[in-house]
Amino acid sequence: MIRDHFRVMRVDLNTGRGEIQTLEGRDLYAGGSGLAALLFSKFARPDKPWDDPDQPLIFAIGPLTGLFPLMSKTVCAFKSPYHDQFAESHGGGRSALALRFADLDALVVTGKARTLSCLSIGSRHMEVKDVHFMRGFDIHATGKLFRRMFPGAGHRSILRIGPAGEALSAMACIIVDTYRHFGRLGAGAVMGAKNLKGIAIQGDGSFPLPEGKDYPKLFQDVYGLLTATEMMHKYHNLGTAENVIVMNELKALPFRNMQRTSDPSAVEISGEKFAEKTLLRNAACAGCPVGCIHLGFVREKFMEPNQYLYRQVSYDHEPIFAVGCMLAVTDPFAALDIMEEADKVGLDVMSAGVALAWATEASEKGLVSTAETVVPLRFGDAAAYQQAMWHLARGENEFYRLLASGTLRAAKRFGGEDFACVLGQEMAGYATGEVFFVSQALGLRHSHLDSGGYSFDQKHTEKDAAKAVEFLITDEASRCFLTAMVSCLFARGVYTEARLADCLKAVGYAGLAENIGAVSKRIQGERWRLRLATGYEPERVEIPRRFSEVVTWKGPIDGQYLSALKTEYSRRIRSLATEAAQAGSADAETRKKGKEA
Amino acid sequence: MKILTAPRMERCIGCHSCSLACARQVHKNLSWNTAGIRIASSGGLSTGFEARTCLACDPAPCAAACPTGAYAQRKGGGVVVRKKLCIRCGECAAACPVDAVYLSADGEPFVCIHCGRCVPFCPHDCLEHKEIGGEAAAAEAPDGGES
Repeated sequence: MIRDHFRVMRVDLNTGRGEIQTLEGRDLYAGGSGLAALLFSKFARPDKPWDDPDQPLIFAIGPLTGLFPLMSKTVCAFKSPYHDQFAESHGGGRSALALRFADLDALVVTGKARTLSCLSIGSRHMEVKDVHFMRGFDIHATGKLFRRMFPGAGHRSILRIGPAGEALSAMACIIVDTYRHFGRLGAGAVMGAKNLKGIAIQGDGSFPLPEGKDYPKLFQDVYGLLTATEMMHKYHNLGTAENVIVMNELKALPFRNMQRTSDPSAVEISGEKFAEKTLLRNAACAGCPVGCIHLGFVREKFMEPNQYLYRQVSYDHEPIFAVGCMLAVTDPFAALDIMEEADKVGLDVMSAGVALAWATEASEKGLVSTAETVVPLRFGDAAAYQQAMWHLARGENEFYRLLASGTLRAAKRFGGEDFACVLGQEMAGYATGEVFFVSQALGLRHSHLDSGGYSFDQKHTEKDAAKAVEFLITDEASRCFLTAMVSCLFARGVYTEARLADCLKAVGYAGLAENIGAVSKRIQGERWRLRLATGYEPERVEIPRRFSEVVTWKGPIDGQYLSALKTEYSRRIRSLATEAAQAGSADAETRKKGKEA
Repeated sequence: MKILTAPRMERCIGCHSCSLACARQVHKNLSWNTAGIRIASSGGLSTGFEARTCLACDPAPCAAACPTGAYAQRKGGGVVVRKKLCIRCGECAAACPVDAVYLSADGEPFVCIHCGRCVPFCPHDCLEHKEIGGEAAAAEAPDGGES
């Protein structure tokens, strides 16, 4: 399990057969984001579209997964239906530990099954099964059947798609173990294009631990930091939903399709209100004692006089922002209803909420009517948004099909580009200023987690584009190593570079421990090389006018600064990709010479 | 003698820290299976979790079933394990009425030895390691009545 190479299961859905491949590169690419990029480089076809059966769907974990707490994420890499380029999405649940105990560093799925199918893997088995009868099933019905079909309650991870993934929606997510998601950039559609309804990973293996006293002692220290100190208190307490009020007070909370950046009613959907009114319990990803997953409840009166059913829905800052703030739905239960609907159909709730916010403003402005939206969309009308989620998931008409392919695409056809809240993809829940806007708009995953742009905005008042972009590049490199491990980014305060080096050394990865800086930069460069090789042109990313119109606690957005940041970041991204390509060629040349010698 | 109980499993968040701690500290393994306590979701994640662990039977059917003395009755309930005597016949696992004995792929049995070393790793205080009499042990549903 601790090895100087990668052990990868490659499954070809064309034939239903799998093979174990051994791949060199542990000390160069570490795992997680690095391994996913390495595998994408090996298996993907940049010249072919995202839904070509040859394209790989990759899931990768890191060298410390299972060995240390909060090393509990999985990196999914694929060619995205959203922009037809290299993409990464991160998810948790039990997926990472299940892969670890299936004795795999990564799973690569290529090909397309003849009928709707599922894949089951473990440390001692692999099979592809026909599940044509599940077509159109929502993610809950799919999960229930999977649980019946595959044993291993508690130690298996079930990844599945809903109707949105089957309909090849660019906003379709992969749901992991009911409450976690590979949310963004359409990984669910990649499964749909492969006729793959779900993947069950059985974590049924066990391994001897490293000898000596270093590892148990270090584990104890790290565990203590993560549980006995205040460092993780926020995530265990209110969770990320704590941000709602913080952002609102900063005038940095996008509200009502970001027509404003704060609103008095935000207090009604704060983390505090969600906890007080709806919180049922916390849950955790396997291997994480923090338990940041917050499960709220909704109940529904489905029949008179008093017949109710109830559901549990996971919430966070981002879903609250997307279907609460952006849609001006300020009742926690109503917001949970919409989140639940997005989950059921297998849509990424962030993208879908922001898309529907644009559609609502477009309706208000008369650019679209119910001929397009089917249901009348009005800010605050939760019932309409619940219905709209189904139309969006299924691509009910041309309007919804375009909208699901990206809000800007719909806006180009129907008008309203100025107020599309899109930063590379539908925005995240932070309107902190110019640096964040550019970091999400141009960032590799178009995620607020690519680098801490939102934090830079809050700590700096000067407008020095070169300095800000230098921060983004440096911060991204250090996050690349964390996501190569694959650590939950909430633990970044605990997993400093020095501590990660100790952890790696303690379990036998001394080579990696000594080269963290170089490995981080290699992974960062390789990811950008892949993104550009698949067609990315950072200079052409549009930042709609709405982002220049908002006012934060710092005052109005400075258009010139925004533009300078964009130019500088584009330049730096290109040079990272070029350097990576040159380094790759040099490596290949060295290897060639070595062979000739 | 102290025994391990899981009286507050309704608090469990499914982090598996207890299983991992047992495997790590007692059995020197990285595993959530080769452990004296294993966590399972009871009918999907929406219905919570249950702990598969030894209920400290006295007399213990697994000890009675063991043909070589690898499992012997422990005073106060449960079993004393002597791994060197084990022939991996699996009779202990078959005899356990609550699926508390895990058999690894090569047939090695793993069961809780009531050492309590998993308890500090539970972030929600679901577990207890305490002195308990025979009658009290029988009256308490060790995993919150979910088994």
